[in-house]
Amino acid sequence: MRLSSCGSGFSRDALGTLRQKASRPKPLPQGSLLRLLLAALLSLAGALHAQAIEPMPFANHAQELRFQHLTHQLRCPMCQNETLADSNAPIARDLRNQIFQMMQQGKSDDEIKQYLVARYSDFVLYDPPLTRGTWLLWFGPLLILLGGGGVVLVAIRKRGRMPANGSSGPRPPIDNGDDW
Amino acid sequence: MTPELGQLALILALLLALAQGVLPLIGAWRGNRALMAVARPAATGQAVFVAIAFGILVWAFLRFDFSVQYVADNSNLELPWYYRIAAVWGAHEGSLLLWILILNVWTVALAAFSQKLPEVFASRVLAVMGLVAVGFLAFIIFTSNPFGRLLPMPGDGADLNPVLQDPGMTFHPPMLYMGYVGFSVAFAFSIAALLGGELEQAWVRWARPWTNVAWAFLTCGIVAGSWWAYAELGWGGWWFWDPVENASFMPWLVGLALIHAQAITEKRGSLRAWTILLSIFAFSLSLLGTFLVRSGVLTSVHAFASDPRRGVFILAFLTIIVGGSLLLYALRAPKVAAGKPFNLLSRETAMLIGNLMFAVAAAMVLLGTLFPLIGDALHMGRISVGPPYFGFLFPLLMLPVVLLLPFGPFLRWGKGDAGMLKSMLLRVTIAALACAIVAAFFVDGHMKAIVGVAAAVWIGVGVLLYAYKRWREVPSGRRYPAEMAGMLLAHFGVAVFVVGVLLSESLSVTSDVRMAPGQTQHIGSYDFRFDGAHRTTGPNWRADQGVVTVTRDGKDIAVMHPQKRTYPRGQVQTESAVDAGITRDLYVALGEPMDAGNIAGAWSLRLYYKPFVRWIWAGGLLMMLGGFVCAADKRFRLKRTVTRAEPAIETRLQETRA
Amino acid sequence: MSRLLPFIGFMLLAGLFGFGIWWNTQHDPNAIPTPLLNKPAPAFDLPKLYEPTQTVSKADLLGKPYLLNVFASWCIECGVEHPVLEAEGPTLGVQLVGYNYKDVPADAKRWLAQHGSPYAVVIADEPGHTAIDFGVYGAPESFLIDAQGVIRYKHIGPLTPEVVAKELKPAIAALRKEKP
Repeated sequence: MRLSSCGSGFSRDALGTLRQKASRPKPLPQGSLLRLLLAALLSLAGALHAQAIEPMPFANHAQELRFQHLTHQLRCPMCQNETLADSNAPIARDLRNQIFQMMQQGKSDDEIKQYLVARYSDFVLYDPPLTRGTWLLWFGPLLILLGGGGVVLVAIRKRGRMPANGSSGPRPPIDNGDDW
Repeated sequence: MTPELGQLALILALLLALAQGVLPLIGAWRGNRALMAVARPAATGQAVFVAIAFGILVWAFLRFDFSVQYVADNSNLELPWYYRIAAVWGAHEGSLLLWILILNVWTVALAAFSQKLPEVFASRVLAVMGLVAVGFLAFIIFTSNPFGRLLPMPGDGADLNPVLQDPGMTFHPPMLYMGYVGFSVAFAFSIAALLGGELEQAWVRWARPWTNVAWAFLTCGIVAGSWWAYAELGWGGWWFWDPVENASFMPWLVGLALIHAQAITEKRGSLRAWTILLSIFAFSLSLLGTFLVRSGVLTSVHAFASDPRRGVFILAFLTIIVGGSLLLYALRAPKVAAGKPFNLLSRETAMLIGNLMFAVAAAMVLLGTLFPLIGDALHMGRISVGPPYFGFLFPLLMLPVVLLLPFGPFLRWGKGDAGMLKSMLLRVTIAALACAIVAAFFVDGHMKAIVGVAAAVWIGVGVLLYAYKRWREVPSGRRYPAEMAGMLLAHFGVAVFVVGVLLSESLSVTSDVRMAPGQTQHIGSYDFRFDGAHRTTGPNWRADQGVVTVTRDGKDIAVMHPQKRTYPRGQVQTESAVDAGITRDLYVALGEPMDAGNIAGAWSLRLYYKPFVRWIWAGGLLMMLGGFVCAADKRFRLKRTVTRAEPAIETRLQETRA
Repeated sequence: MSRLLPFIGFMLLAGLFGFGIWWNTQHDPNAIPTPLLNKPAPAFDLPKLYEPTQTVSKADLLGKPYLLNVFASWCIECGVEHPVLEAEGPTLGVQLVGYNYKDVPADAKRWLAQHGSPYAVVIADEPGHTAIDFGVYGAPESFLIDAQGVIRYKHIGPLTPEVVAKELKPAIAALRKEKP
């Protein structure tokens, strides 16, 4: 199984991350799953964010904010655990520049997102679109809430009426619990 | 020679765990005291061997024993000794060994402190812990052996990922595992209760302190992880809703519901089945978290091992434990509602609503985390679910909780006092509105910030009003039992957390800038002056270090040193400079030199101004503290041998008379 | 009965996980399915690597199917893939078009001299803009484009003999069946 190596940023080779940087042949044994771990974790390495730091000639602060907001909602296709804002993969850099240019051309956020989705699929959107397929995702929690709420209501109703167990004698009045 | 001893120790531990898991259950079933008595010695023995195995691995790291594959993969000659110890749990095999070690820590503690529990019950509890240990030990021995040899032995190892070479990161897994594993205790209690047909809820009181402590540790682990991500990763964020973060958050939410449900069941005798179900869910989610990060089922930054064989093993283990316990629940859980009744307006209702919201939130996080997988199954292409989803739904679900929180203590059990509630509602509303209006002037009308202040004041004033009420009404010495003090601390922590999150999210300023030495940038109300970069070295790294002087209105505030480090294996890592403060953090990350060869020239930098970000973790730590304090309540200590389960009300009457 | 709900719910979840483990053995979990499948390839007009004054456009390549192989000299996995292309390339029955991605031409030429070139023609996309239109996010990637210029198959990652046999050759054969 291959993992995108976001440490070297370029090739898709988990093993390559380490080979590329090593000055001599690696002593690592074959099939080491640890290399996958390292490769995966290196995708976190701050190095990535170093190159993600890219001053751009924004016209004003509002534009900068819009750019930051937009790139934070988009997923890097290469370093897939990072936003476009934070990834240093070359493709992320290219896409950031592309987005900046499209902003200069006056394109709206939706148009920019559509542009990216047409090329990289819904994968690049961290905000899943509301489609027939994602209906369960967006409304599922509401359904669970309604279902659970119904159960809670029924339970409360039942308990308002039931006698207490474990105590002798006729049903005692609901006590106020002088303990706190 | 020694690593093989480690393997042997694990095998012996497995055998003892089998004994611990199986024999006492048979003994409890048959009333055979000899078999039941196997539990404690077997648990102790298992713990000893696991500790030996763990010690051998630590020793291998300290001695640079690169003939052990795991050591060669995770350390090298330049790694400082403290990070070599942390490297023990830096990857899959070793982290599992840590898991089982911590399971034994909890088991031994349980064995020691359960002397006064009824024997049948205690032996069942320890047996369940033993069965869990069997699963993990088998997994380690058969699929994830940390003691495998690497021959021929290399002269030097690879490295611990630089990102892990940080105090926060060494601290985070043990704390997190203390939490995850700690939920196994509540789980074991519930299973024992189901097995024994314990219809009374006295056992819940015994379970409460263990559960509170486990939840507190989990809180600590999550806070540590969040703080580390912020300090180390250079993105200025503290939570990403990444699958592995969610894997720790789900048990936290369910554990939170559980500690409240346990309170109700213990004091009022109601909601027994729900409390049992929550215990099973909490531990199941802990196990699920273990599964998610090791099976490769989800793309995540933390994915330890994407080996299908391991994935299948854990899945089988999960199915047996969780499926088995849920089946047991279906068959044996109390079917008749018991305990004291309660009205619509009562503390039980408020806590039940809270439980509902936490459970729905956990389900929502599970749904969002697993949805990419569901998308694959339904051939919908690859869908991403990230912060826009979670960050939208979670606050929405927590809104009712925030609104109800101040009223919890004021509401009485069974039937609340409407009059007192109305006066309280008036006071917190006035306080919240007043502070919101004042805040509006300071935050340039940012709605989020104003809401944050209002919510925090709403909760905080509610907590203070209750504390004040107790102080006035109850004589000194009995005002704040530990359980109540813990509650007040934790609830106040929620207020601190909420204001920290909302203020930092709405008022943060980030900017990528190009600065030549001597240039100044104005962010927030601070001036950042870049004073150039130079080379420097550390124990196992070389770095380009920048100097940034921060001033405010001419006054010197800080000198910051962001770095770009290069480690022996060539990994490059940005070490951001953070100037921490109570009301704000200043944060600088070094980018690239504008002219690739010339580090003394201009650089690109990312500057952050992050107000009140520390309050996020302060709030979390207050919640953690609340959990620990609550567990320390004298009520939870077993005062005498209990020979049979007794109804809670009788016990309490006797204790107040004593 | 309602007490069985948690159990049933969990077993469904376990089923989902079992599916997940199986699915991951069949697919590269980091591969993003292309939204351009069975859609026209984007228009392009790129200079040849060896004759930079001449360009090759999409229209130039219409009429015959071809395999567009994205590669670069900095890409380690491309070095792994290259022998496979050299060996299997001639047997595929379609021409190979090399797409040099974000590479310095001198480095690319040196790399090809070193590793050999199975390509009929090599085009260079040094800035990487056209690659975005193709949905490329790293190297190596391969596109099978038919005579009408429609993308019929995409593979992310290096081509292995197994992939060539099981996926690429059948796709090419399917193309041939369509032609009169």
